[in-house]
Amino acid sequence: MAVVQSRTSRWLNRAAIALALLMLVVSMIPLYWIASTAFKARADASTVPPTVFFKPEITPFIKLFTARVQERGARDEAEYAKAPWWERLVMDGGDRFIKDDKGQIESSGYLSRFLNSIVIAVSSTFLAVAMGTITAYGFSRFKMPGEDDWLFFILSTRMLPPVVVAIPMFLMYRMVGLVDTHVGLIILYTAFNLSFSVWLMKGFIDEIPKEYEEAALVDGYTRMEAFLKIVLPQATTGIAATAVFCFITAWNEYAFALMMTNRNAQTAPPYIPSQLGSGLTDWTVIAAGSVLFLIPVTLFTFLLRAHLLRGVTFGAIRR
Amino acid sequence: MAIAIRSDRSTPASARRGMSDLAIRNWFIIPTLIFLIVFNISPLLYSLGYSFTDYRASMNDPARWVGLQNYRELLADENIWNNFTLTAKYVFVSVAGQVVVGFGAALLMNRPIPGKGLLTTMMMLPMMMCMAVVGLFWQLLYNPSWGIVNYLLFTDGKEWLSNPDWALYAVAITDIWMWSPFVMLLSLAGLSAIPPSLYEAAAIDRASRWFVFRRITLPLVAPLLLIAVIFRTMEAFKTFDIAYVMTSMDETELVAIRLYKMAFLEWQTGRSCALAYLMLLAVLAITNVYVKYLNRLKAR
Repeated sequence: MAVVQSRTSRWLNRAAIALALLMLVVSMIPLYWIASTAFKARADASTVPPTVFFKPEITPFIKLFTARVQERGARDEAEYAKAPWWERLVMDGGDRFIKDDKGQIESSGYLSRFLNSIVIAVSSTFLAVAMGTITAYGFSRFKMPGEDDWLFFILSTRMLPPVVVAIPMFLMYRMVGLVDTHVGLIILYTAFNLSFSVWLMKGFIDEIPKEYEEAALVDGYTRMEAFLKIVLPQATTGIAATAVFCFITAWNEYAFALMMTNRNAQTAPPYIPSQLGSGLTDWTVIAAGSVLFLIPVTLFTFLLRAHLLRGVTFGAIRR
Repeated sequence: MAIAIRSDRSTPASARRGMSDLAIRNWFIIPTLIFLIVFNISPLLYSLGYSFTDYRASMNDPARWVGLQNYRELLADENIWNNFTLTAKYVFVSVAGQVVVGFGAALLMNRPIPGKGLLTTMMMLPMMMCMAVVGLFWQLLYNPSWGIVNYLLFTDGKEWLSNPDWALYAVAITDIWMWSPFVMLLSLAGLSAIPPSLYEAAAIDRASRWFVFRRITLPLVAPLLLIAVIFRTMEAFKTFDIAYVMTSMDETELVAIRLYKMAFLEWQTGRSCALAYLMLLAVLAITNVYVKYLNRLKAR
């Protein structure tokens, strides 16, 4: 494009870059805002005008993991004196911890929801990628009657609105006792990610030359050995990228989790917004919970950057 | 499953030892198909059955067959039509916004910019995030008295999410923030694939910028842009998370939200199954178009 670079076009170029940077800033403001709120003192979170510069605190993160109520009466000074520094931070803010019979601070629901999210996302990702990879190999290397129709069928399961599937699934789960269980959600997420995994992996496996396997077969490998020892190692990048996409989808899923779980197997996405209505809303705690939840996805996005396009088009567009 | 089976490549070696290609193909593909049929298709058949009954999952009464009554009543119900109209409005505003912002950003970004890779990745962040959490923290931004949106726009004290006239647009704005990067990503792919020789030829012919844009840029990006539009249309039509988390007004009750309330809060199971089918037909129609275009692109 840089054949004829007139003065006007050079200026236009600069203006475009400036505008692009402005767009980046605008799109980053919400993220900055939620991240900064997570480190604010409660009073700084809701000021007019909004507080941009402030002294960062980690109090919201301590509050996030503990059960608290607002201190109504005077503070128990004896208890304050022997409390560790991080407990004092919360007490300074006018909150009192809720303790159990043994005097241990009770934990809020966040940690268990976070762990549920990890267990469910990791398990369903593993299943979806394992099944998806072998199925993709099958579709990539062998002829199958009605192949295109089957692939369309597989993709169409991904497009089903979660609410539509959730109604009958709820009734079926209720009969077999899978409502509010980890297994129940893992199955749903595996089914939801499987179609994506098949399509994406098929794209990756299509790119591995058949000649490698054919050479191995001539050398006396069985087809299975050729798949395990030749194709799988070549597909590592693809498998990793697919796994990260599946993980992000399962991690972020809200609708199924809302409808199929309530306590035992609840994941973080339905839990975090549910904190909004409970009592006086402490936005710093909600922000802390959101930030902690968004960090893994942010890291993964940078890892995935080369494969984003492929991922969002189910492997159809490659570069 | 009795599928007529013909292996296209059974080398003598693999036929003698280990599993035949045929067996491998079947073992690799069929379990997945069965899994998807059991967990995705059978529930749909199950709910198709219920859509012809007056079943309520909260009661012990057995389901009673009512024929097409649920469908008839839904189609005659003005409120349901209203839900569909709202959804159409939401889809249009949100997708149009994403195309304008996303395609615009792609045009801006399609030039050598220092640190372009990092910039693009950062711009992609919103679309990778959890919609429920995004919806939640946009409530913080939209707060009428101390939210940053009002502060930056100098619209002091403006209600966004609790204002019947604005709530739907406020949700759409959040959706645009979140998904414009998606349109940008696809548009950028299209733009960067245009051969520079076309622009050079146009420059030699002293073609105007507008002419170049209309006759070279636009037609060559169009296929990818179309994919983005169809996909986003489908997703916007299914919108549940973001709108449900952000507001709870009649003016933002999209079809998916109505369906959720009908099924899980009002427990009108039979009727909700019927509504689910109406929604499903619409989604399948769009999916069909989407996959057709996706395959056409892939063939190129």
